[in-house]
Amino acid sequence: MPLRLFSIQDMLRFILTRVSLVIPTFIGITLLAFFLIRLVPGDPIETMAGERGIDVARHEQLKKDFGLDKPLIVQYGYYVERVLHGDLGKSIVTRESVLTEFQSLFPATVELAICAIIFALLLGIPAGIVAAVRRNSIFDHGVMGISLTGYSMPIFWWGLILILVFSVQIGWTPVSGRIDVLYYVEPVTGFLLIDTLFTEDEGAFLSALGHLILPTIVLGTQPLATIARMTRSAMLEVLGEDYIRTAKAKGLSRFRVVGLHALRNALIPVVTVIGLQVGVLFTGAILTETIFSWPGIGKWLIEAIFRRDYPVLQGGLLLVGAIVMSVNLIVDLTYGLINPRIRHNR
Amino acid sequence: MALLEIENLSVEFPTQGGIMRAVDDVSLKLDEGEVLGVVGESGSGKSVTMLALMGLIPFPGRVKAKKLSFNGRDLLSMSDRERRKLTGKDVAMIFQEPTTSLNPCFTIGFQLTETLRLHEGMDRKAARRRAIELLEQVGIPSAESRLSAYPHQLSGGMNQRVMIAMAIACNPKLLIADEPTTALDVTIQAQILDLLMTLQKERNMALVMITHNMGVVAETAQRVMVMYAGQIMEERSATDLFASPQHPYTAALLSALPERSEGGRLATIPGVVPGLYDRPRGCLFSPRCAYATEHSRNVRPDLRDWAGGKVRCHYPLGDPNRDAAMKADHPLGTEAAS
Ligand SMILES: Nc1ncnc2c1ncn2[C@@H]1O[C@H](COP(=O)(O)OP(=O)(O)OP(=O)(O)O)[C@@H](O)[C@H]1O
Ligand code: SF4
Ligand SMILES: [Mg+2]
Repeated sequence: MPLRLFSIQDMLRFILTRVSLVIPTFIGITLLAFFLIRLVPGDPIETMAGERGIDVARHEQLKKDFGLDKPLIVQYGYYVERVLHGDLGKSIVTRESVLTEFQSLFPATVELAICAIIFALLLGIPAGIVAAVRRNSIFDHGVMGISLTGYSMPIFWWGLILILVFSVQIGWTPVSGRIDVLYYVEPVTGFLLIDTLFTEDEGAFLSALGHLILPTIVLGTQPLATIARMTRSAMLEVLGEDYIRTAKAKGLSRFRVVGLHALRNALIPVVTVIGLQVGVLFTGAILTETIFSWPGIGKWLIEAIFRRDYPVLQGGLLLVGAIVMSVNLIVDLTYGLINPRIRHNR
Repeated sequence: MALLEIENLSVEFPTQGGIMRAVDDVSLKLDEGEVLGVVGESGSGKSVTMLALMGLIPFPGRVKAKKLSFNGRDLLSMSDRERRKLTGKDVAMIFQEPTTSLNPCFTIGFQLTETLRLHEGMDRKAARRRAIELLEQVGIPSAESRLSAYPHQLSGGMNQRVMIAMAIACNPKLLIADEPTTALDVTIQAQILDLLMTLQKERNMALVMITHNMGVVAETAQRVMVMYAGQIMEERSATDLFASPQHPYTAALLSALPERSEGGRLATIPGVVPGLYDRPRGCLFSPRCAYATEHSRNVRPDLRDWAGGKVRCHYPLGDPNRDAAMKADHPLGTEAAS
């Protein structure tokens, strides 16, 4: 009976296989980002000139300066070459390096995404567990009904409803932004919830928290619905397994049987789903940030589209793609960690 | 006083097609240190009977009983909490599929010490020491290193040994083994049976051995209960049962044993166990019984005391007046068996 243990080699082989998949994905992203934005009529120079317009000769000159006069395929070639050298270019609008802009805006998006996923996990996993344990009860039907609604709720509409009710009507939460303009917070980590703790003023922290509530709910709703449904179905399957009968036959408490023996197994598929939510979160962040004027990556990318800021869009999408893929890789590795069968049999 | 007393136990499962009676009016007594074999074809309610005793009938199954007592304690009036203190400690159970019966996400050591810590209140270290002892007792080599193994790293036979170690961890007075060898290789089957019998003798533990293999019963049991479609058909000492079965179903099961059948071929009983829709009005075995009469088709026989045991048949095989009684009741035998 060979006893196979989790070896470094297995792990390396696994990572290498996964990383080799990254290359075609990247080529896909660069192609998409590059050509799609150019399908949109207009160019950055026209947008910058705005309603005043610009004379043809100056337009041509500027196009030449930005290298936009060359054939598309040549432009793409230059672009890929620069990317390979680690140069994502500069924003046509702000003349700031894309990477620098990304770095300064990224923490805002991450903070929002983390809050959203925590919100989704904190509500979704318990709701899914209880729904599975009390299957076909009113609670179960209620949770599944609400989660179906939540899943199909358009973010834009949902965000506006929440703003109308809680910000405008009741006035509990601020309408937009990350923090009240009264406060200036020195960026240390870039996460306002943490940075405000360094200031002596607790009002700053509360303000940051208050600004996070609605965007968190809006962005977290879809993952919440997905996680609740996934937890429920995984849990239902696991609860019928032989080892759950064994756990009960040992005389363990209901809480231990469900919360430890069943949940541990049910979490395996749920973790995968959580990993997939990273992509969903970024997509959702684009809309959520736009609704709440949240100064993050999503809003930045949307503005780049309106301004035809090609480098920002190309670079931004590439970076987002890289992050989504890395997180998925990490999740896959965690999957191996929490599932001993995968860990040993790969 | 008997260790285990079950009176008029019934288990029902509501299904879409109606109420499925998986266990029908089963009564049973078991003494300390006694080995009871429970036999019957698939679906005869062997497992469900014992799961009901363990309090493990899954939702939405319903358990009814006039009496359910273990070691002088009434299981029916007990709170769930009280009952959990007994299950896994004084009554333990092992199952047919050892590998899926162990949790794939936890090590053998974790699953073994969990029971010890819960019922014996041992600390981590003591539980670990005891776990190693237990693994050695059930014949697992290099026990200490196995503690950190996961179930999928061990063979089926090894996992069943682990299950047995878990079951005997708190010195149960009763061990229920539900087809403990069915899923294993033939050579391993014998080893596991040996192990169970050795442990039973050493600890004078009562043992219920569920199986559909008459050969296993012959080797292990002192007393045998034959179940069919949720009912007890016959119950008596193993010696008597093998020497002279009283119920036609028992006789049919025995003739299905390879060494008893003629021409070396395995005899099978024609027909299938009745399901939800074709449950006969009279004797449940009548559609398949070679001796069925008009009377047994219409009137369900009671389980009655007979020849030192119990039997549920209008015409037990050892009854001297059998032929006359059957003739009077319009035999259908040849027709039913064909
Ligand atoms: N959870 C359940 N829901 C509905 N019906 C069930 C359930 N569990 C068991 N049954 C039914 O109860 C009947 C008795 O099942 P049981 O498992 O006790 O049979 P068995 O004698 O142990 O058979 P086997 O030899 O196959 O293990 C079967 O017809 C089965 O379909
Ligand atoms: S009662 Fe009749 S049908 Fe039933 S087992 Fe006896 S002989 Fe067969
Ligand atoms: Mg069974």
